[in-house]
Amino acid sequence: MTETSTKLDFRVLDEILETYEYKKSYLIAMLQKVQEVYRYLPEEAMTYIGEKVDGLSPATVYGVATFYAQFSLEPKGKYEIKVCDGTACHVRGSMPVLNAIRNKLNLKEGQTTCDNGLFSLEIVSCLGACGLAPVCVINDKVYPQMTSDAISMILDTLMKEEGLN
Amino acid sequence: MTLNIDIKEEQRKAQEHIKEQGLRVLVCAGTGCVANGSLKVIEKFRELGANVSALTDYDKMTIVPTGCHGFCEQGVLVIIPDKHVTYVKVKESDVEEIFESHIKGGQPVERLLYTDPKSGEHVHKNDDINFYAKQTRTALKNCGKINAESIEEAISVRGYEALAKVIEENNPDGVIDTITKSGLRGRGGGGFPTGMKWKFTAANRGGKSYVVCNGDEGDPGAFMDRSVMEGDPHKLLEGMAIAGFAIGADEAYIYVRAEYPLAIKRLRKAIADAEEKHYLGKNIMGSDFSFTIHIKEGAGAFVCGEETALIASIEGERGMPRPKPPFPANKGLFGRPTLINNVETLANVPLIILNGAEWFSSMGCETSKGTKTFALTGEVNNTGLIEVPMGTTLRQIIFDIGGGIRGGKKFKAVQIGGPSGGCLTEEHLDISMDYDSLIKAGAMVGSGGLVVMAEDTCMVEVARFFMNFTKNESCGKCVPCREGTKNMLKILEKIVAGKGEMEDLDRLEQLALTVKDGSLCGLGKTAPNPVLSTLKYFKDEYIAHIRDHKCPAGVCTAMKKISIDPEKCKGCTKCARTCPVGAIEGTVKNPHKIDQSKCIKCEACLNACPFKAISKE
Repeated sequence: MTETSTKLDFRVLDEILETYEYKKSYLIAMLQKVQEVYRYLPEEAMTYIGEKVDGLSPATVYGVATFYAQFSLEPKGKYEIKVCDGTACHVRGSMPVLNAIRNKLNLKEGQTTCDNGLFSLEIVSCLGACGLAPVCVINDKVYPQMTSDAISMILDTLMKEEGLN
Repeated sequence: MTLNIDIKEEQRKAQEHIKEQGLRVLVCAGTGCVANGSLKVIEKFRELGANVSALTDYDKMTIVPTGCHGFCEQGVLVIIPDKHVTYVKVKESDVEEIFESHIKGGQPVERLLYTDPKSGEHVHKNDDINFYAKQTRTALKNCGKINAESIEEAISVRGYEALAKVIEENNPDGVIDTITKSGLRGRGGGGFPTGMKWKFTAANRGGKSYVVCNGDEGDPGAFMDRSVMEGDPHKLLEGMAIAGFAIGADEAYIYVRAEYPLAIKRLRKAIADAEEKHYLGKNIMGSDFSFTIHIKEGAGAFVCGEETALIASIEGERGMPRPKPPFPANKGLFGRPTLINNVETLANVPLIILNGAEWFSSMGCETSKGTKTFALTGEVNNTGLIEVPMGTTLRQIIFDIGGGIRGGKKFKAVQIGGPSGGCLTEEHLDISMDYDSLIKAGAMVGSGGLVVMAEDTCMVEVARFFMNFTKNESCGKCVPCREGTKNMLKILEKIVAGKGEMEDLDRLEQLALTVKDGSLCGLGKTAPNPVLSTLKYFKDEYIAHIRDHKCPAGVCTAMKKISIDPEKCKGCTKCARTCPVGAIEGTVKNPHKIDQSKCIKCEACLNACPFKAISKE
């Protein structure tokens, strides 16, 4: 069924499956690779893996993909913002930081990626950098001791780099 | 078994190699310090150090990027052991001064030394800083002292000596005996005797078995496993290999959270380096013993810290726990006997083999031996990672090592063991921090997260916070946990919103006890702990929310009222201009007023007022 919807380059998927020898125990690693390429898990990719790998079905792949917080079924932004709301960050005020980001990016309740697709926002439970609470991570860079003003400035800089404002 | 390498000789060579490095400058390159800019500090030092002629006493200077020192708050940390000095909060722009003044001129840079908050004096030596002085670092001993990405440095501090010893002596049962006698218990939370776990798994020797290292440090507020994996990865690998030798396994997995990219990177390098030297892989050190370690990245599910769920996740499935028995020791990964130990537990193993069971059991207290790492965070002056003998009191940890509560606030409670633990109060400050005393007090050691809370933390909100976490992380397999956490959260949200009823407290307690008794795995069994312990020690706060519609700590927005004191207000209009929802009315030079129906309690006006005329209650 997927052969006709040619939005995806299946050679990329084949390569990923090849790396993991089509073993079903590597399903999570395969999905991580797919997400690295597309910034989310396209439905066709999940179906493809489910059909190609012995012992898997599209349903089991979908089951695994929806179980783990790391996987997203919708495209993530170019800048993936993670706000840590672990205990230490929560106690030291991660919520005002989160609200500042929402305001800045005009995100409505429940919306995770902003309309231009540039930023996506995610709350994570702990990044293990508790000594620097509250922290945010944008792509792989950790920003320590955040405040609502500090994060606004960081976002301003990024927006400027992207030619916004 | 005879080995084709002499580990003592390798050690001597590695130490020689370190001597050749000249002046060693240790710069922390753990996640925390990297976030504070340590990579730039390292680069700058390297740039300056290239000029050899500038160094008077040394013919060379080597910058060593290390793992986490634990004192993340004071990062970037720079330690020069030969000069007996620790610099804190070092920035790229400070490097030149350190180099010119201290390294070349012999004059320490006073302003970059740690200042003792009590005496206000500068402290030169690492060991004299209170934060370090009161600790006993064994599992964390090398973290921050060696280059985590160099196997030579690991070897120079006796890395792989314990592994060579056990293979040479070839007495797997003897190894298990030593671990049993040492009294080591699982550091991941449960506190199960490690030796016993090894023995159960070893009973199935003969076929294929696995060792699994649980590095899925999911408890928010705990980061000791990250520090070990980032700062001393070889110790963990060696511990795993010893475990494999003892139970007769030749293959192993480390399950690491995807949130720890640096740990994954360093472990991968460490495994490759060790395999190249034949300290891991086929025929280790020329013996018959082979041991291969794989890394599996998690994908963000707290429940995967539970051992059967972790196994399911390694197999590529949804991380759902299953009933025990069968225990993993008999039927675990891919249906084979499996030994699962936590990172910190395994990091203790090489030390016990080298120093003996008696050395380990001489530390700690009656039923809990050795040391334990704690991640000290929250409203405390010195946050960071610490290691103390089991049985140390909470007071010593918070007030001696932690330097007391920030901003002179009053201590209220400490949440121990993350979302599965409980909270302890003033009256518990002097109880011994060990597995059994904490269980008795209604908390648990858990993974060792210690989040300190001050007077302005609302305990009902904290209970809601943890319940929200466990509700989100409940895997949904068993009804008590899935529905129970959801309904407990509903009640807590109701109370925090100021709509609670007194009957809710009984309902909450009943639900909590049902979930505790009826859940399948540790997640559900312990999820009610934060509710039960706050209900026990802070019932008056719940009652204040329900009966008086007041949040005593002034946290819960639904009950917060922000008002302007007309006496103090000068009518500067600053608040009205700051208010994002236009809730403040008033004319210039006349007292302003807040329209409570519009106010969203964001406190923006409170921070903006230059006359301190606005207050919250």
